[in-house]
Amino acid sequence: MSGALTVFKKELRGFFFSPIAYIVITTFLLLSGWFFFSTFFLYNQAELRNFFSLLPIIFAFIVPAITMRLFSEELNSGSFELLSTLPISDSGIVVGKFMAALVFIALMLLPTLAYAVSVAALGDLDWGPVFGGYCGALLLAGAYAGIGLFASSLTKNQIVAFIIGMAICFMLTIFDRMLFFVPESVLAVFAYLGSTTHFQNISRGIIDTRDLLYFLSIMFLALYATTFVLKEKR
Amino acid sequence: MIEVQGLNKFYGDSQVLKELDFTINKGEILGLLGPNGAGKTTTMRILTCFLQPSSGNIQVKDYNVLDNPLEIKSMIGYLPESAPLYGEMLVYDYLAYVAAMRGLDGGSRVKRITELVELCGLKEVVYKAIHELSKGYKQRVGLAHAMMGDPEILVLDEPTSGLDPNQIVEIRQLIKDIGREKTVVFSTHILSEAEATCDRVVIINRGAIVADGATDRLVREFSGGAVVDVTLQHPDAQRVSTEFNQVAGVVDLEDLSEVDEGLVKMAIFSKEDEDIRPALYRVIREQGWDLLDFHRRTETLENVFAQLTREN
Repeated sequence: MSGALTVFKKELRGFFFSPIAYIVITTFLLLSGWFFFSTFFLYNQAELRNFFSLLPIIFAFIVPAITMRLFSEELNSGSFELLSTLPISDSGIVVGKFMAALVFIALMLLPTLAYAVSVAALGDLDWGPVFGGYCGALLLAGAYAGIGLFASSLTKNQIVAFIIGMAICFMLTIFDRMLFFVPESVLAVFAYLGSTTHFQNISRGIIDTRDLLYFLSIMFLALYATTFVLKEKR
Repeated sequence: MIEVQGLNKFYGDSQVLKELDFTINKGEILGLLGPNGAGKTTTMRILTCFLQPSSGNIQVKDYNVLDNPLEIKSMIGYLPESAPLYGEMLVYDYLAYVAAMRGLDGGSRVKRITELVELCGLKEVVYKAIHELSKGYKQRVGLAHAMMGDPEILVLDEPTSGLDPNQIVEIRQLIKDIGREKTVVFSTHILSEAEATCDRVVIINRGAIVADGATDRLVREFSGGAVVDVTLQHPDAQRVSTEFNQVAGVVDLEDLSEVDEGLVKMAIFSKEDEDIRPALYRVIREQGWDLLDFHRRTETLENVFAQLTREN
């Protein structure tokens, strides 16, 4: 696992060496900040619920943009050959890169704590849902980063990786709103597949094992699939 | 030490490796030769656990590539063709990263990096980004990458391609030096290079082995016989050939004279194990001919290679 840690450190530093990271962070803060504060004073309520309800749709675009280069770039330049002949297992590589993406997203979320602090200054903020919201955001980020990583392992082309990752994440995000197309007999199954409801449960401060299980199993499935794709390339 | 056992590799329908079987002994420098697309790189990629064989196996010491890739990877240092390194990293950062991957930390990491920077001549570029480097320097960083963990086995895919003549000599010397203690497998197009550095060569053509053995033995085995070239300042080619034909051991004569030069050039063929030079020289001295050039043609690996890998 020391190999995974090395990959993690290298990838995390790599994010900050490339301009994409700064563009992505700026875009994220602009989007979330503008959408949140444009309606905040209309509601006249000291809460961050609106901010968190925006996250799934923003993440569906931002997270695949963060993960798109992780494998595609290596496959394109051929450096993947060097990486995979170093003494590290495929799963070590995948876990290292995944953790780097997740920590990067956490760092990207860090400045949004300023929203919470400024809202708390304006009114009486209930910190419980805020804490739940950030937990949910990390789980959501993990699930989407897993999917983005999987998309990145499929192709040498970063744009293609981004579009595949975004398509899957976007589908999971809007699933809840498409349920009226689904026949009643399988409704329960399909209702479970959408990410938004699970995320909103957690961000309300209700930690349910079903919601946790949902995010953790998506992460696990995506990472397992990524390892499988890498193995198939041999 | 390394045993390649019935190795097959398919890409879709096309078979790139066909039942490859050979062994590499400890401390040997083995050259893998073959035309483009013969399967050299694929063989090396399977050995370094980057690709998996379709069938067959490679045994390295007590491990094999199917079941123990991690153990094998930690024993092998690998330089892929054209060294695809992370361009945006600084040379020092890259080497530190590889050192960490190889399990070196703290003082031993710094020490090893300093050693390799010295050994591979990277001093001037340590704090440059890799994408700024020339091909030769990139190759050297790749070599440092391969040697980082002080591996028992070095696998180098065309280590001298794209280097200038001085660098080629340096790298060759480096390979020879390393080869004193380690097992080195390297592929090359340049046959004189293989002749100069390898203890043994394996020639691959279209995924199958066509020759395997010590360099000088291969040359002897595959060349038909010995040839002596003679150039004389003598107007009468007819007489020269009659005289030479009478020398014992001469199998055939070929007249290579060009009329306007007024010189007689002859290629004289004999059996491989017979040296006919003393006898030929005696004839020349007795006849009092003016001798301009007299030498035995040495069969090179190049001829052998061409013979073995030519189409059809």
